[in-house]
Amino acid sequence: MAALNKSADAFEFKLPSVSWFSRYGNIVALVILILFNLLFTPNFATWQTLNINLTQVSTILIVAIGMTVVIGSGGIDLSVGSLMAIAGAIAPLIFLNNIVQLPNIYVGVALAFTIPVLLAGLFGLFNGWLITRYKVQPIVATLILFIAGRGIAQSFTDSNQVIFTTPEFQFIGLGRLFGIPVQVIIMCVIVATAVWSVGRTIFGKHLLAVGGNEAAARLAGIQVDRIKRRVYFISGICSGIAGLIVIARNSAADSNLVGLGVELDAIAAVAVGGTLLTGGRANVLGTLMGALIIQLVRFTLLANGVPDAAALVVKAGLIVLAVWLQRRVSA
Amino acid sequence: MSNLSPLLRMEAIDKHFNGVAALTKADFQIARGEVHALVGQNGAGKSTMIKILTGAYRKDSGEITFDGKRVEFASPEEAQNSGIATIYQEINLIPYRSVAENIFLGHAPQQFGFLDWSRMNHEAKELLRRFDIRIDVREPLFAYNTAIQQMVAIARAVSFKAKLVIMDEPTSSLADHEVDTLYGVISQLRDAGLSVVFVSHKLDELYKVCDRVTVMRDGHTIATSEMTKITKLELVAAMLGRDIQTVRREGQTSFYGTSHVTDYTLIKAKRLQAGTKVKDVSLAVRAGEIVGLAGLLGSGRTEVAKAIFGADQIDAGTITVAGNPVRFREPIDAINLGIGFCSEDRKVEGIIPEMSVRDNLTLAILPRLTRSGIVDEVRQREIVNRFIKRLGIKTSGPEQKIKELSGGNQQKVLLARWLCMEPRLIILDEPTRGIDVGGKADIQMLIRELADAGLGVLMISSELEEIIEGCDHAFVLRDGRTVADLQRDALSEIAVMTAMAQGESTLDGRFE
Repeated sequence: MAALNKSADAFEFKLPSVSWFSRYGNIVALVILILFNLLFTPNFATWQTLNINLTQVSTILIVAIGMTVVIGSGGIDLSVGSLMAIAGAIAPLIFLNNIVQLPNIYVGVALAFTIPVLLAGLFGLFNGWLITRYKVQPIVATLILFIAGRGIAQSFTDSNQVIFTTPEFQFIGLGRLFGIPVQVIIMCVIVATAVWSVGRTIFGKHLLAVGGNEAAARLAGIQVDRIKRRVYFISGICSGIAGLIVIARNSAADSNLVGLGVELDAIAAVAVGGTLLTGGRANVLGTLMGALIIQLVRFTLLANGVPDAAALVVKAGLIVLAVWLQRRVSA
Repeated sequence: MSNLSPLLRMEAIDKHFNGVAALTKADFQIARGEVHALVGQNGAGKSTMIKILTGAYRKDSGEITFDGKRVEFASPEEAQNSGIATIYQEINLIPYRSVAENIFLGHAPQQFGFLDWSRMNHEAKELLRRFDIRIDVREPLFAYNTAIQQMVAIARAVSFKAKLVIMDEPTSSLADHEVDTLYGVISQLRDAGLSVVFVSHKLDELYKVCDRVTVMRDGHTIATSEMTKITKLELVAAMLGRDIQTVRREGQTSFYGTSHVTDYTLIKAKRLQAGTKVKDVSLAVRAGEIVGLAGLLGSGRTEVAKAIFGADQIDAGTITVAGNPVRFREPIDAINLGIGFCSEDRKVEGIIPEMSVRDNLTLAILPRLTRSGIVDEVRQREIVNRFIKRLGIKTSGPEQKIKELSGGNQQKVLLARWLCMEPRLIILDEPTRGIDVGGKADIQMLIRELADAGLGVLMISSELEEIIEGCDHAFVLRDGRTVADLQRDALSEIAVMTAMAQGESTLDGRFE
């Protein structure tokens, strides 16, 4: 030990600073997790394992991207899970011809993709309207659809789960393009669009300004209410897409289960990804990292025989760590 | 009342925040049974003084003697238990509990370990009746208006056997008849032997209720006087640091001579009313002119600026821009007509702290740099670089976060936010507040240059020099009303101060 201390004169060894951790900690954690799995988890380095992990994370991540945008604007959206259920409940009604008779399955599938997603977006807009028109706190405003939304979804399906086999629709949950699951491609497109929008478009700048200092943003001519409504609309759209993927994967639309608890997973991914929960920043790639880390931790524990219950505790620990790092940096 | 030792004596109080002196050898004395006014401009040290007294801050040095004992309160609770009660502007009571509960919170009468409700309600009722307030004390507090809530706060202070009651701008949210009730209560407190510290910016009030006044400026105690022995003008002069006997005009600012005022009226506001602070304000700004908006703290200057800019709604009156009547619903409407507004509080209403200098500087102009939603970053960089150079903004680069810049440089970025829009009119609310001397001179010179180039400037300032030397024309506000319209040759310290102190709403026919 003493010898080590002496050589420290020549080799100055410093622990990385807290801010270094908050910037690169995610990447480090991800690398450690991958190395660990390569060493200890059998069959980890396979195409199949990669696809399993990416498919499992895709819906959470899609919702989390919408959530990142909402949180960046200084809000929060608890209704995402219920909006997934609503989209998931309506789609089968359309392509199973339960509402109107459609000329062929392709028209049905096309409508089944667009109408439920748009509807989820409109419900998101309703959240935004409550928040801007009546100045309801976001957590309360979105709690309304968090509760009522699942009821609405159930009323569409008469509380039964709808089972179907429609390959034309289900390719978004089961299909592959060039060996990559379609849902993973959708996820990548959404991540890329979000990164670009936040960084390069006026909407991205405005939303961060609103989240960073609402009063200043308004005085600089930003129409704060319009930005907020749009943000919740986007979150609704993301939820709708995620809802369709889930039912396609399961060959069933169960309004009681689709998207259950996803809001917390999404918020966790955002928090672990380094986006301030107080608004003003929207780190989309961070959310990607956050979601991957949470997924990989869960996978690692399950693949090595640790029960799911313990995995939940580890997930919570990760969130605590992420929040602690954030506070240290912003302090 | 002077035959007894004073109730409170604060002597040679020093207080620093991060190396900046907030109080320097400040003194404050209050006799028993007197109502004592504490006045001063923003940053004079009034609230620091009060917070030290009530235990919210610790003093660096100095001595406090209260009721014959040396004290140093570690918390507001301790001060309260020793007999000092503070009534804040925002009343800090619990809205959903009953009036009686609010009065007796923390020391409610008990019986067998339970609250003695009937006694509590009875005593609360009696206490309020002393102030001529007859209400149902079992109702929740929020059911009553601000005035009643304030009385409840005072009743609570009395129930704590307070010897000193501190009132921080108690009338700011009261209607006129409610103010009278408050005056009544204050004189009852005085008759009962309590002392009251009365912080207010409304001079008329001080003369109505106070026995003595202490003036503070820049962390020093400037003067203490009997209310009857000091005129309003003397009071204003003391607050602003002026000696009325020798009101000189020396160049202390970096504004310089000649103006290029045109006859083209950019904006005219007539008999504006907005909210509780703007009661009857008229003003006009011509192209190439720097118009000062003067007035004591609380006279409604910022509120006027916000009403003109569309940030606050107007209740009555008209605004015309270049001859056309307008009605702004949002700031964006004003911006689209070529108006810019630099707010007073950079932190709260100016900067977006987490964003870069680049994004902060171009925040308002962004829509013009955008094609189909995508920001043209080349043009954005070009504008940012040009203004960093032109205004001499000291930053490590456009990507540095604005919160890391000094106050003066943040202010320059915010000025640039509007200048890059090439506005016709810019409203500046205290453009040099909290900025070091060098930065101040830079900004003052810049403002003059802009006006020379034809821009109309409406500048709010608490510094007399800035109004007298920097402006071509000034309007003075007093209690939400325009009380003076001073053209260049009529613009003098004595004229501005007189208007601030006792001007009456007498505008000529120019606005009719």
